[in-house]
Parts: sequence; structure tokens; C-alpha cells
Amino acid sequence: MNPRLLPYILILPVTLFLCLFFLYPFVLVAQQAFSNGSGFTLTNFRDVTEHWKFPISLKNTFLLALAVVPIQLALSLLMATMVTKMKKGRDLILYIWTIPLGISDLAAGIIWLAIFEQSGFLNSMMGGLGLIDSPTNFLSYQSPVMVFVAIMLAEIWRATAIMLVILVAGIGLIPKEYYEAGEVFGATPWQRFLKITLPMLRPSLQTALVLRVILAFEVFAVVQALGGTLFPVLMGETYAYQFELLNGGAAAAIALIILAISITFTLIIMRALRVPKGATI
Amino acid sequence: MTAATTDVVDPGQDTRKAGRYVYITAVVLLCAWVLVPLYFLLINTLSSPEAVNSYPKSFIPEFDLGSLTFFAGFEGILTALKNSILVAALTMVMSILIGAPAGYALSRFEFRGKELFRLLILLTRAFPLPLLALPLAVMFIRTGIDDTVFGLALVHTTLAIPFAVLITFSLFSGIPIELEEAAWTLGCNRVTAFQKVILPLVLPGITASAIFAFVISWNEVFAAAVLTIENRTLTAFLLQNLDTSPLHLKFAGGFILVVPALIFIFAVRKYLFAMWGIANR
Repeated sequence: MNPRLLPYILILPVTLFLCLFFLYPFVLVAQQAFSNGSGFTLTNFRDVTEHWKFPISLKNTFLLALAVVPIQLALSLLMATMVTKMKKGRDLILYIWTIPLGISDLAAGIIWLAIFEQSGFLNSMMGGLGLIDSPTNFLSYQSPVMVFVAIMLAEIWRATAIMLVILVAGIGLIPKEYYEAGEVFGATPWQRFLKITLPMLRPSLQTALVLRVILAFEVFAVVQALGGTLFPVLMGETYAYQFELLNGGAAAAIALIILAISITFTLIIMRALRVPKGATI
Repeated sequence: MTAATTDVVDPGQDTRKAGRYVYITAVVLLCAWVLVPLYFLLINTLSSPEAVNSYPKSFIPEFDLGSLTFFAGFEGILTALKNSILVAALTMVMSILIGAPAGYALSRFEFRGKELFRLLILLTRAFPLPLLALPLAVMFIRTGIDDTVFGLALVHTTLAIPFAVLITFSLFSGIPIELEEAAWTLGCNRVTAFQKVILPLVLPGITASAIFAFVISWNEVFAAAVLTIENRTLTAFLLQNLDTSPLHLKFAGGFILVVPALIFIFAVRKYLFAMWGIANR
């Protein structure tokens, strides 16, 4: 066998697979969204965007991302710096902190349901402390703020770990010499964090934010488990169009809108945190 | 917490000591933030259905298997569980079989189009992949693999393959090519050298990435719910019955979803960081 062909033979299966199940479906979904069986049309998009639920679910999805991602960024940076300072028990603490990484968003929603439902642990705790007389139903249409808070907490709980892992890996790549030099010149821990960790961590921050923001626009099962129809989000609408309304074209149209939003944000994050050429660790 | 007793504190410096306490408290609080919600789920799972629906809740599990028995006896659950395991196992096998050769090619060869290939792999991470289930649902109906375990496993493999390629790439890169070359001079050809020298060295890492693929599939909700109707996986089953199922069924289901994830993340914890470290580049 020609050795020059070998690498191509080895990457052929992945390439074929991704063409068939990743690139081609994009063509299909666009086709589905822009056609009504006979030809090019924008009806699907018009149907979707004119529906009264669309602005609400768009607003909810953005609001949730806006509330969750900055907190997660701060929290994961804090946790990552705490872990790097740790000497004993580092592995145990890291394992505990990364547990949510393996937990499904549906399971995360159910876990927080155990806390927020009417006979749940939050009510039990407040009742036990004598703060309330009878359990209140937090997850009802009468308390939209509580529904939002519950979903927000569940999202922060579930998806901070993925950023943490990326940032811990990134911090591990920063040479210790920089910190030693910083210390020699009298930089405080906070200054070292600002002037060494943050700039050097840029590629990891980029990856972490892109992944996290995309996941934020995909939010679905957590919302279904906690809010159901009380808190419509884009992905839930896609699902509803596909299943309850059996309107594949409209589902594809929303899917394309979610895709467009995700790509826009990916590009914005990549640009904002781009690594200057030649500046590698 | 073992981490609480880290390095020796200099008795003279009060501020440092105070900072130490703040630090330890923060670590403990963050551990509690992850573990307490999981503990609540455990209480609910190990309580009788009556206790799960009653108020106020006890904060100690009563070790009653009523909820779990109800879960096991609920119609369709065991089939869903079986489907989940089948899909995840298929995903695991396919993503490694297809992904590992590409990882090897990336680590060992310089070839034209390598950058383009890497871009294709990284590109998959910038898209909300579960959305692809929508067009694939149509494609699967045409090819007759709609509502099958195999069809869903194909979509989950798309989710898992980028990870499989990147992890195996980092694994193979960690093994010096000299080892392989030595085997060639001792009479091995490429295939036998790979079998006898490389494979034993990378097997633990490959297992880790296979486990990770399993977890990705096991946890996935949206594509599973879109692509299966009769042959639902556990996540799809729980999602579709969220409105109607009693609380104890939800909690037991959530628990069953969480347990394998916990074990698996523990098994692959060593590789989590290596995997994401390389994924940054």
C-alpha cells in the first residue's frame, strides 16, 4: 500500500460520516425551512416569527443566557484558580466539582424540581425554620420570577463544570515561570490573576465561552422539567412544532434561527477573544 | 473534607490565616453546592411514593424501595432503559471505530488537507448538533431506519466523534514515534507494531474516551425525543411523560439517569483535563 495514501484512508471514515450526518443535514434543514413542497418560500419563517410565542421564547432564551453565562464564567474562573492553589485533596475536589459534567440536562431539571416543587425541599426547609405556614407553589404561572430563578440555578449548577474543566486544563498550560517572575517583581495575587492568568487563558476562555453560549441557546430539557410551558424557549418551540403541531417546515425554520444566533455569537466570541498571531504559550 | 487541612499555617500571620479560612469555607460551600441537590434526589429516590408526595419532607432517606419498584414496574420503562443502553453502546463502538483511526492519522502524519480536516472536526463544536435530528428524521424515514436504535446511535455518534478524534489524537501524540520505529526494525510491520506496541499503551485512554461517548449518548435528550417514538430511550420517555407522570417516577428516573454518569465520570476523571487541554488548540 502506498504510505502516502495511508493518512487519507485513516481519516476517510470520519470525513464521510461527518459529511453525511453533519454537513448534509444542514442542507436538508435549510431546504425544509425554505420550501413548502413546491418551491422557495419564506412562509415558514413568517409563520414562526408572527406566532405570539416567538418573541417571548426568543426573549426568554436570551435572558437566560445573559443571566447564566456571566455567573458561570466568574464561578468557573474562581473554582479553577482555587483548584490550582490546592495541594492536598485536589483530585477529590475536582471530581466533586466536575460531577455535573456527566449529568444530563433532563436529570438536572428533575434534581432542581425536587427542591422547588410544592412539597419539595425548599418549602420543607422554610417550613421547618418557621418562615412560612403552608408550602407555596413556586413553579406556577403566578410566580414567573421563581420559575426563572429555578431554571437559572439548575443551569448554573449543571453547566459550570464544562467551563471549569476547560479552564483548569488551560491554566495547567501556563508556564509557572511567569508567576514566579510576577512574584519576584512584587505582583499581588490579584495582579498576577489579571496580568498573567487572564491574558494567557484567552484560548481556553474562547473555547469555554463558545461551547457554553451554544449550549445556552440549546437549553431545553431543564426548562421542560421545571417550567414546562410556563417558560417557552426557542428549542422547546422547535420541539412543539415538530411534535404537537406536526409542522416540520416551521420546526426547521426555528432550527435555522437558533443556528444563526449560535453562529453569530461564536463569531463574536472568537473575535473578541482572538489570540494574536504568533502569540502562543 | 480532606482538602481543608492543606499546608502548614504560619502562626504569626493573622490575615493569611483568615484568608485561609475564607478559602476553605469557599471550597466546602462549592462542594456542598454540587452535592446537596444530588443528596435531595437520593432522598426522594429512596423514599416511598407517599413520602415523596408528602409535606414536609424528611431530610434523611427512609430507605424504602417503593419509588424504585414503582419505576421498574411502570409500563415501558424497562424497554426504554434497554434502548438507552443499546444506543449508548452502539454510539460508543461506532465513535471509537470511526474516530480512533483519524486520531492516529492526525498524530502521526503530515498530509495535505490536514488543517481542513481539523477545521471540520472543530466546526462541529460550534453548532447546536441536536438540531440536526430534525432533518435526519426525514432522511431516516426515507431510508427506513426511523425510530430505530441504530438511527439514533448515528446521530449520537456525530455528537461523540469530535471528542473521540481529539482524545485519541492526544493519546497517540503522547506516545513517541520512536517506539513504533523500534518495532519496525525488529521485524514488525505497521499493523503488528500497532497491535503489539501502541495498542496496549493507549487502551486505557481509548476506554476512557469510549466511556465518554457512552455518557454523551446516555444523557442526550432532544435528538432522542425527536427520533424515537416506539423505541424511546429513557431520556425521551421521561421527557414525554413529564406532564403526566407522578413525582416519584420522575425522581426515580432522574436517579437512574444520574448513577451511571457519576460512575463514568469517576472512571474517566484522569483524562477529562487532558482531553479539554488539547481541545483548546
